Amino acid sequence: MDRSPNGVVEPVVALRDVSKSFGAVRALRGARLELFTGEAHALVGENGAGKSTLIKVLAGVHRPDGGTVELDGQAVEFGGPGDARDAGIAVIYQEPTLFPDLSVAENIFVGRQPRGRFGRIDRAAMRAAAEALFARLGVRVDPDRPARGMSIADQQLVEIAKAISTDARVLVMDEPTAALSGVEVERLFAVARSLRDGGAAILFISHRFNEVEALCQRVTVMRDGAHISTDPLSDVTVDQIVRRMVGRDLGALFPERTAEPGEVVLEVDGLSNEGVYKDVSFDVRAGEIVALAGLVGAGRSEVARAIFGVDARTSGAVRVAGRSLPAGRPRAAMAAGIALVPEDRREQGLLLDLSITRNATLPRTRSLATLGFLTGASERRSAREWTGRLQTKYGSLGDPAGTLSGGNQQKVVLAKWLSTQPKVLIVDEPTRGIDIGTKAEVHRLMAQLAAEGVAVLMISSELPEVLGMADRVLVMREGELVADLPRAEATEEAVMFAATGQQEAA
Amino acid sequence: MSAEPARTRLSLGRLATWDVGVVIVTVLTIVVAAGAVEHFGTTRNFGFLVLDLAPILLLALPMTLIIVTGEIDLSVASMVGLTSSLMGVLWNNGVPLETIMPVCVLVGAVLGAVNGFLVTGLGLPSLAVTIGTLALYRGLSFVLLGNTAVADFPRDHTAWAIGSIGESWLPNVVIPIVALVAVFVVVLHATPIGRSVYAAGANPTAAAFSGIAVGRLKFWLYVTSGTVAGLVGVFWTLRFSSARADNADGLELTVVAAVLLGGVSIFGGRGTLPGVVAGVVLLASLQNALRLADVSTEALTVVTGSLLIVSVLAPNLTSAIRSAAHRRRRPRPPDEPMHLLSPKRERTAS
Amino acid sequence: MSLLSPPAEEQSQTRTGSSRLDAVLRFRELGLVLALVALVAVTTSANSRFLSQQSIRDVLLATAITLLLACGMTMVVLTKGIDLSVGSVLGLSAFGTATLLSEYPSLPWPVAGLVGVALGAACGAVNGVVIAYGRVPALVATLGTLYVFRGIVYFWAGGSRVNAGDLPRDFLDFGTGRLLGVPYLFLIGVLVVLVVGQYLGRYRGGRDLYAIGSSEDAARLAGVAINRRLLQVYVASGALAGLGGVLHAARYGTVDASAGSGLELNVVAAVVVGGVAIFGGSGTVYGAALGALLLTVINNALPVLGIDQFWQRAIVGALIIAAIALDRLVAVRVGRSLRRKDSHVG
Repeated sequence: MDRSPNGVVEPVVALRDVSKSFGAVRALRGARLELFTGEAHALVGENGAGKSTLIKVLAGVHRPDGGTVELDGQAVEFGGPGDARDAGIAVIYQEPTLFPDLSVAENIFVGRQPRGRFGRIDRAAMRAAAEALFARLGVRVDPDRPARGMSIADQQLVEIAKAISTDARVLVMDEPTAALSGVEVERLFAVARSLRDGGAAILFISHRFNEVEALCQRVTVMRDGAHISTDPLSDVTVDQIVRRMVGRDLGALFPERTAEPGEVVLEVDGLSNEGVYKDVSFDVRAGEIVALAGLVGAGRSEVARAIFGVDARTSGAVRVAGRSLPAGRPRAAMAAGIALVPEDRREQGLLLDLSITRNATLPRTRSLATLGFLTGASERRSAREWTGRLQTKYGSLGDPAGTLSGGNQQKVVLAKWLSTQPKVLIVDEPTRGIDIGTKAEVHRLMAQLAAEGVAVLMISSELPEVLGMADRVLVMREGELVADLPRAEATEEAVMFAATGQQEAA
Repeated sequence: MSAEPARTRLSLGRLATWDVGVVIVTVLTIVVAAGAVEHFGTTRNFGFLVLDLAPILLLALPMTLIIVTGEIDLSVASMVGLTSSLMGVLWNNGVPLETIMPVCVLVGAVLGAVNGFLVTGLGLPSLAVTIGTLALYRGLSFVLLGNTAVADFPRDHTAWAIGSIGESWLPNVVIPIVALVAVFVVVLHATPIGRSVYAAGANPTAAAFSGIAVGRLKFWLYVTSGTVAGLVGVFWTLRFSSARADNADGLELTVVAAVLLGGVSIFGGRGTLPGVVAGVVLLASLQNALRLADVSTEALTVVTGSLLIVSVLAPNLTSAIRSAAHRRRRPRPPDEPMHLLSPKRERTAS
Repeated sequence: MSLLSPPAEEQSQTRTGSSRLDAVLRFRELGLVLALVALVAVTTSANSRFLSQQSIRDVLLATAITLLLACGMTMVVLTKGIDLSVGSVLGLSAFGTATLLSEYPSLPWPVAGLVGVALGAACGAVNGVVIAYGRVPALVATLGTLYVFRGIVYFWAGGSRVNAGDLPRDFLDFGTGRLLGVPYLFLIGVLVVLVVGQYLGRYRGGRDLYAIGSSEDAARLAGVAINRRLLQVYVASGALAGLGGVLHAARYGTVDASAGSGLELNVVAAVVVGGVAIFGGSGTVYGAALGALLLTVINNALPVLGIDQFWQRAIVGALIIAAIALDRLVAVRVGRSLRRKDSHVG
C-alpha cells in the first residue's frame, strides 16, 4: 500500500477545479482528481455528489464549464467521447450501453473495426481480436451472437472487453459490479489488477466498501459536486469515509424492530414460468419483512412481477388473504392490496416527463375521481399528502418527476404505492442507487409499515440490507427457491452458500 | 441560479404556450383574412369553412389520443374511403340508407380493430402497420368501386349534410362536431382513461407497472379511430353526394399535420385537445383563405408543410437558444437529435 | 451467468461457421427469392409470355427507379428515421432536369443530370439539417418537406409540363437504351445497390448507421458522430431521389408537376418487405432491392393472371403487414433461442 506517489510523479490524468452546471443545478463545483499510473483509485460519494458527471467529463461526454482536464500534464479539450477514447481513456458505465442489433464483436470495435484493403472492414480479424479479448478475460462469449437477449452480467463483460480492447491507460469503472455478484466480481477485479500492474490507472466507483478495499489504494470523497478529501485507503476508516460522504453523523442504517407476524397474507404456491423459475412457493405474514435474496438473474424480480401480474406465469397460484388472483392482471392484484415498487425506477416506476402529481396518483386515478371525472384537485391533494408523509423534496408538484434526485424519485414511487394503502408491499431493490441518508429513511419506512401490519416482501442484492431488515430470508438460485432461513440462522455465509451453491465463492 | 422558482413557473407555462400560441395565430389569421381576402368574412364562407374542416377535425380527435399514447394511425383516410365505397356499393344493391349508415360505422370500427389487433395483439410497430393498412384499405375500396362513382343518393340526406341549422349560417354538422369534441376533451383531460392515455405515452412500461392495461387501451383507441373514420366516410359521401374509391385520399397527412401543429408530441405523452382544435381551424382557414385569394391548391401544400416543420422546429430552437443563454437543465443533452416515433429508448439489449 | 463461469477447456474451440446474424438476414433474402420464383413460375404457367424478353425488360425498367430510392430509404430507416419526401424530391429533380434540358438543348445531358442529383442532395440537406440539428423527428420533418417540395414543383410548373419533344434525343435514348438487352436504368440501379450494400456491410461509416439505429445512446458513447452521419444519410437519400428524378425524366420524356407522387409509399413498402426493420438497426439493402423487385413483379403479374388491377394496392398493403408480422415472428424465435442458450433453468 505504499504506492502513493510523491509530489514529483506526474499524474496520467488530472481534473483541476472542474465545474459543470445543468441549468440551475451545479453538478460539479471545483472538483479535483488525480490518477496515477499503476494505481487503483476509488471515488466515493452519495448519489448526486457528482461522480457520474465527473466521469462523463473525463470521458468527453460533457464539456466542463470551468477548470481543466490534463493528460500527462497537458491541458486537453475533448470534443466528444471519441477523443477521450483515442487519448486512452476507457469507461465502463454503470449500465451497459450495447447495440442490441450488432454482433458482440462489432459492439466491441464499433468505429474502430480493423480494416483491410480499400478500407473494408476485416471481419475475420475483428472476430479473432474479440476472441482474444475474451480469452484474456477468461470467459467464453460467442463474438458472432447479437447483443440482444444477453444477460446483464454478460453485457457487462462485453463492456469490459470493449474497455480493455483500447489498451487504455486509464480505465474508469462506474459501479460495474452492480449487476455482478461473487465470482464475477472477483474475475473483473483480477483483470483490473492485472491492468493496474501493467501500468494502467484505474478509477473505481462503488457503493460497496469491501470492493473498494479489495481493489484500491487511494480514495477520493466527493460531496455536492465538490472534492472533500483524498487519502491512502490505509489511512482512513469506513466510518470516516461515510461521515465525509454524508457530511453529518448517521443514525443506524437499520432500525431496531421486533416482529410480531400475524396471519398469512400472501401465499405463493408452485409458481412457475418456463425457463425462468420453477415451483416457487412461500408465504408472507402480516407485519413480517421477508427478504428474497440471490444473485442477479436468479429469477427474483421475475417472481415479483408474476405475483403482481405484470408478467405471465405458466403455472402456480397466488393468494392474498386466501383469495386466488388471476394471472397477468395487475389491476386484480392491486384491488387485492398488492403494491409493487419495481426494480428499475426510471423505466418501470416513473413517468419521468410527467408531473409529480400524475406519478404519485397514477395507480388510483379511479378512486380519486368523482362520478368518473377528475378535475385535478383531488389528485393534487393526494399527491401532496403522500409525498409529504415521505418527506419528499421538490420545487412544485407540477415539476416533471425526472427533475428530482434519485432518492426523491424513489420516494415518489413509494408514495405512489403507499397511497393505495396496500396489504402486501413488494419492494424490488428499494435502495438501489439512492444516497445513504434516504436509504436509512426507506428502511425506517419499511419497518414502520411492517409494524402497521403490512406484509413486506423485499428483494435485495445488498446482503447487509437483507440481514439488517428481514425477519426471514428466502434464497433463490437459478430459478428455484433453495432456502428459507429464519432471522437467527440468516448469516452472511448461510445466504451466500444458498445463493451460489458453493462454500465461500470469492 | 436565483431564478429557481421562476423556472418551474416557466416550464409550466411553456406547456401552455404552444396551445395558446396556436389559438392566437388562428384568430389573427381569421381576422387578417377577413380583412384582406374578399368573401372570406362572409357567413356563407364560414359555413363552407366548417364543412371543410369537419372531416379533419373529427379524424383529429381520435388521432390525438393515439399519438399521445405514442402510436399513430395513418390509415384513417383509407378507412374513410373504404366506408364511402362500401356505402356506394350497398346503395347500388338497394340497401336502404337507414341500414347502410350504421353498417358503415360498424365496418369502420372493425377496420380500426384490425389495426388495433396488429399493433397490440401482435406487437407490430404502428407506423408500419398503418402504412400497410393505408394501402390495403384504399386498395379494397378500389376493388369495391373501381373507378366508378355512386352519386344518386337521396336528396333529403345529402341536403342535411350541407344544410344549416334553421335560418342560421351554422351547418347542421356543427351539432355532432361540438358533441364529439366535448366528449373527447372530457375523456382525455378529466377522466382516469385520459390519465392512462398520457401515462401509456409517457412510459408504457411504467404505465403497465401501475396497473394500466396499455395494450387494451390502445386497441380501443384504434377501434375509436375506425369508428370515427366510418362516420366521416358517411358524412363525406353525403356531403359531396358521391361515393368514390379515392374519397379523402391523402387526408391522413393533413390530419397528422393538424394534430402536430396543435402541439401534440409525436413521441407521445404530451399535447392537448384545445390545441389540436386550434390547429385544425388554423389549417382549414388558411387553406380556405388562400383558395379564395386564388392561390393554387397545390401551392398551399408549401404552407401546410412549412407549418408542420415549424411547429416542431420552433420550440426546439427557442429552447436551444434559451439553454445557450441560460443552460437550462433539459432531459436530453443538446447535441442529441430526436427520431421518428421511436419507442422509449431501450436501455438494455433486451 | 454461464459466461462468467470459470474458463472451460472448450475455450480453445474456435467458432467457425457463419454468423447467426447473417443467417437470419439471409433467411429473409432467401424467402424473397423463393417468393419471386414462385410468383414468376405461377404467372408464367398462366401465360408463357410473362417470361418474354419484352416483359422482363418492362419489369427491370419499372424496378430501376424504385431501386435507387429504396437504397436511400434503407440507409435512412437503418438509423431509425424515415424519408417520406423522396417522391416529391424525385418530382422536383425530374421537372428541374427536364426544364433545364428543354431550355438549354445544347447542354450535355449528363451535366443536367448532375444538376438534378445536386438538386436532390440539396433537398436532402434540408431534411438532414432539420432532423439532425433542428431535432425534428424524421417522420414530421419529411412529411413536411413532402408537402413543401411538391408545392415548389407546382409553383414552378404553374400547370405547364415538359414534353418529350422538348428534350434532346440522346437523353431520351439513354432512358430507353440497353446494354446487352438490359436497360441502362436498371444497370444504374443495380450498381447503386451494390455500392450501398458494400458501404453498409463493410465500411465503418455504414456500420455506424446500424449502430445509430440500434442504440443512439450507445452510439454517442462510442464516439459515433451522430449528427454528421444523419446529415449524410439524408443528403444521400435526397441525391438518390434526385438521380431517380433524372432517370424518370429520361425514361418518360413527359414530365409534369405530379411526377413521383405517392412513390414514397412504394419505396417504404419495398424496404419493409425487404426486411429492413422500421425501427432501425437491422436489414440489408439487398433485401430492400429484392423487395422492390417483388413489388414490381406482382404489379406486372396481376394483369397476366387476369386479376383486376385494382387489387394491386390492396396486395401491397397486405404484403407490408405480412412482412412485418413475419419479422416479428422471427425476432421472437431468435430471441427465445438466444435466451435459452443462457438459461440454466429447465
